[in-house]
Amino acid sequence: MAAPLSVEVEFGGGAELLFDGVKKHQVTLPGQEEPWDIRNLLVWIKKNLLKERPELFLQGDSVRPGILVLINDADWELLGELDYQLQDQDSVLFISTLHGG
Amino acid sequence: MCEVGEDYAGPAPGEPPSTPRPGREQKCVKCKEGPPVVVIRAGDAFCRDCFKALYVHKFRAMLGKNRLIFPGEKVLLAWSGGPSSSSMVWQVLEGLSQDSAKKLRFVPGVIFVDEGAACGQSPEDRAKTLAEVKLILQTVGFPWHVVALEEVFNLTPSVLRCSARESSGAKGAYKAAVDSFLQQQHNLGADSNISPAQGEEQLDLPQTQAPLGPAEFPTASQTEALSRLFDSAKTLTAKEELLQTLRTHLILHVARIHGYSKVMTGDSCTRLAIKLMTNLALGRGAFLAWDTGFSDERHGDVVIVRPMRDHTLKEVAFYNRLFAVPSVFTPAVDTKAPEKASIHRLMEAFILRLQTQFPSTVSTVYRTSEKLVKAPREGCAASLSGPHCLLCMCALDIDTNDSATAFGAQTSLRLSQTSQTEAGMAIPSCCTADKGQDQSCCRVACRREDPSASVSEQLCYGCRVTMKDLPSPDTLPPYILAEAQLRSQRAWVMQEIQEYLIEDSDNEADTVQS
Repeated sequence: MAAPLSVEVEFGGGAELLFDGVKKHQVTLPGQEEPWDIRNLLVWIKKNLLKERPELFLQGDSVRPGILVLINDADWELLGELDYQLQDQDSVLFISTLHGG
Repeated sequence: MCEVGEDYAGPAPGEPPSTPRPGREQKCVKCKEGPPVVVIRAGDAFCRDCFKALYVHKFRAMLGKNRLIFPGEKVLLAWSGGPSSSSMVWQVLEGLSQDSAKKLRFVPGVIFVDEGAACGQSPEDRAKTLAEVKLILQTVGFPWHVVALEEVFNLTPSVLRCSARESSGAKGAYKAAVDSFLQQQHNLGADSNISPAQGEEQLDLPQTQAPLGPAEFPTASQTEALSRLFDSAKTLTAKEELLQTLRTHLILHVARIHGYSKVMTGDSCTRLAIKLMTNLALGRGAFLAWDTGFSDERHGDVVIVRPMRDHTLKEVAFYNRLFAVPSVFTPAVDTKAPEKASIHRLMEAFILRLQTQFPSTVSTVYRTSEKLVKAPREGCAASLSGPHCLLCMCALDIDTNDSATAFGAQTSLRLSQTSQTEAGMAIPSCCTADKGQDQSCCRVACRREDPSASVSEQLCYGCRVTMKDLPSPDTLPPYILAEAQLRSQRAWVMQEIQEYLIEDSDNEADTVQS
């Protein structure tokens, strides 16, 4: 049983266009049976934050190739990618590298 | 940067290799002390400081290895506001302010091209973006130029002509130039004298906003003409190619009138790998070395240089985030476009998806592009003598006898014939010529009446394919049409007086290097 978590979700590099242009979102994830990991977070984001064009942000289980994920300013590859378990007050940043040059 | 480790004993094709994921418990692979923050390539975790050192080193090494930028040279930095070019501008800024031994030694300027009209942005959004842009440009402090893409309607045909430049000479020239520059600095006294002088110089140089005209903002008619041009393009692929071409011409023009001999663009490793594959699909395979190499000398006097070509997009994004590099987000023609909207998008999705499963994809394509050699045709260097494409200024690769490239030639011929019959004009009887020159003869007469054929045959294969998606060439900016007209008239005159010319050597364009 996971307690409600408060995390900051941020979007950059053009990804914010899919979220009404809002870059920073302070979200409170409700308590639920399974612990919150990035996989669940993505599902939650798709349902609650994503305003349009989910295929430009998500691909299957994970983010679209070309979107970087930083958890507390560190590469998510170091933390287990989708399986990383979120802690309270974590900061998750999604940067789209596909835009601009 | 030893990349031996990347030649992995590959798993069976089709199976993603199970690289062991580096964990947080690991230490930085370089200094073995700090906590790792980013994973580069496959499995190399770096701490913040080592990452910064690696990043900066790559930039310097790319410039130093190629030895193309001479001390004191004026270099124009093409800044789009995006992450890669912002990172490049930041690297130059930091590099110039370093201690004397490792200082970068050229004189930079920055150009920003406002492409809002091509992307359909409203004037308010464009003004907002420009305000952000100017703020950052003032922070950076180099002389800057903000130019709207509409200025292409003010360009003259001279931008399409390659002017020869004084060749930089033998290999020793670079070292000699550096030595003499250092000697000059030494003679002028302590290094501290130089920096404030440079700073004053930067303040004195005019911060030009609209170098091509007195008006600050483009006129509404120009904006409308540009929108019309881009709206008439039938495919997104053609739009993107056209945008790139016009942008290059504009930057070239600004570089020439302000005396910049080099232009730096922020193309990253990932982008160049995608560009290489995209250009193959677009029919520009002959020019890959120029389009994706470090230096691009096809314009003659202005050389385009790509110092960021060793940095992947991931490294750029991380660096910008970790070290707070300012950038401006500007929507482009392909923002929010679906995956199959254009060849560029499709190739991007393909490469990036492949990269997630096979992490050495991008670096392999990049290393292949490094090996591409610019082979001049028939030994003529930089081929200023041969005909060049009107738009991309590469040596023309169309050969009427070669079946593959003749396709493009035939298409333009058919175009001119169909448009003439539609106009109710009989096809002139000169088309039944017996000499081998019949195609060009027919084109000559038809050309005068049909502008689209006269433009098409001045283009290389890749540009012809792009031009096919533009229904009418009248929407093109006047300088392109004028130059096309001039060249075809010149060709016609050449042909007319051919028999009176004393030919010294047969200029056969038939020996195609393949």
